[in-house]
Amino acid sequence: MSYNPFSLQGKTILVTGASSGIGQDTAIECSRMGASVVITGRNEERLHETLSQMEGVGHSAIITDLDKQSEIDKLVEVCPTLDGLVNNAGRGLSKPVNFLKLNDFLDVYQTNLFGAALLTKGLLKKKKISKGASIVFTSSISSYITAAGLSVYASSKAAISGYMRTCALELGNKGIRCNAVLPGMVETKLINSGTYTDEDKQKDLNYYPLGRYGRPSDIAMGIIYLLSDASSWVTGIELVIDGGRMLK
Amino acid sequence: MKSLNEFVALFAEQFDETDASEITASTNYHDLDEWSSLIALSVIAMVDEEFDVALKGDDVKNSRTVEDLFNRVIAKQ
Repeated sequence: MSYNPFSLQGKTILVTGASSGIGQDTAIECSRMGASVVITGRNEERLHETLSQMEGVGHSAIITDLDKQSEIDKLVEVCPTLDGLVNNAGRGLSKPVNFLKLNDFLDVYQTNLFGAALLTKGLLKKKKISKGASIVFTSSISSYITAAGLSVYASSKAAISGYMRTCALELGNKGIRCNAVLPGMVETKLINSGTYTDEDKQKDLNYYPLGRYGRPSDIAMGIIYLLSDASSWVTGIELVIDGGRMLK
Repeated sequence: MKSLNEFVALFAEQFDETDASEITASTNYHDLDEWSSLIALSVIAMVDEEFDVALKGDDVKNSRTVEDLFNRVIAKQ
């Protein structure tokens, strides 16, 4: 039984932010689906931890801080030609609007938007994204359903969607597809870093019809669909993966 | 280094409906009608700004009085 339209066999895919959370699971699942995967992240130890869990051969890890243009340039230089790019690296911030400073925006937008956009630009310019390739962005349902303290994060994710749609429009004639996944709450370091208490989480879970937060692999599966030829005629969409959160 | 009194005043500034005179060092802030998760976030942001201390949600949840919270801030400085 070899029929599998979701296979990534023969594809080379770059996943950013692969040292933890959604990026880590995406890299591992891509390798299981037969892709050669290039992973990037800032933490060498954790990146190699991801690499050690990947299946098959031909994968590589490149330590990269996407906040630095020089490191983006270096990554673009050594990166093989890609059939898939997962712009996943991201960071969060929980701060009420009346405390925000310019630097709060710059820090979060740098990682969530500028880094992804400048990496995409660099790869396109050096012809490292092949015809028919798929670019996937990790956005968030918070660009639609937000919560107190999330103005910077939510607006950065909304910005990703606008950027993604424009890319889809501009790159369509090269057969390059661009889409985003919009996860609801996923159990990752991003939400377990301490601003949320367990009590907050218990209350928030009431808004999830499926009764639990997401697992990184729930999101990775959506990303795999968008990377695979199964989604050949899909571009410019936001794929919501949220356990039903948007229903409430 | 700021005093307890200064902390109490900064803490009280996060409220709109609650008069500052209702908030003292010994106030159990969880009992205040206006207390909310947004004010908790504001307190965390204020402490970050004024004391350069990163409080966690649990610090605010587990402290009872304004003075308890001040002591946590001092302990983390």
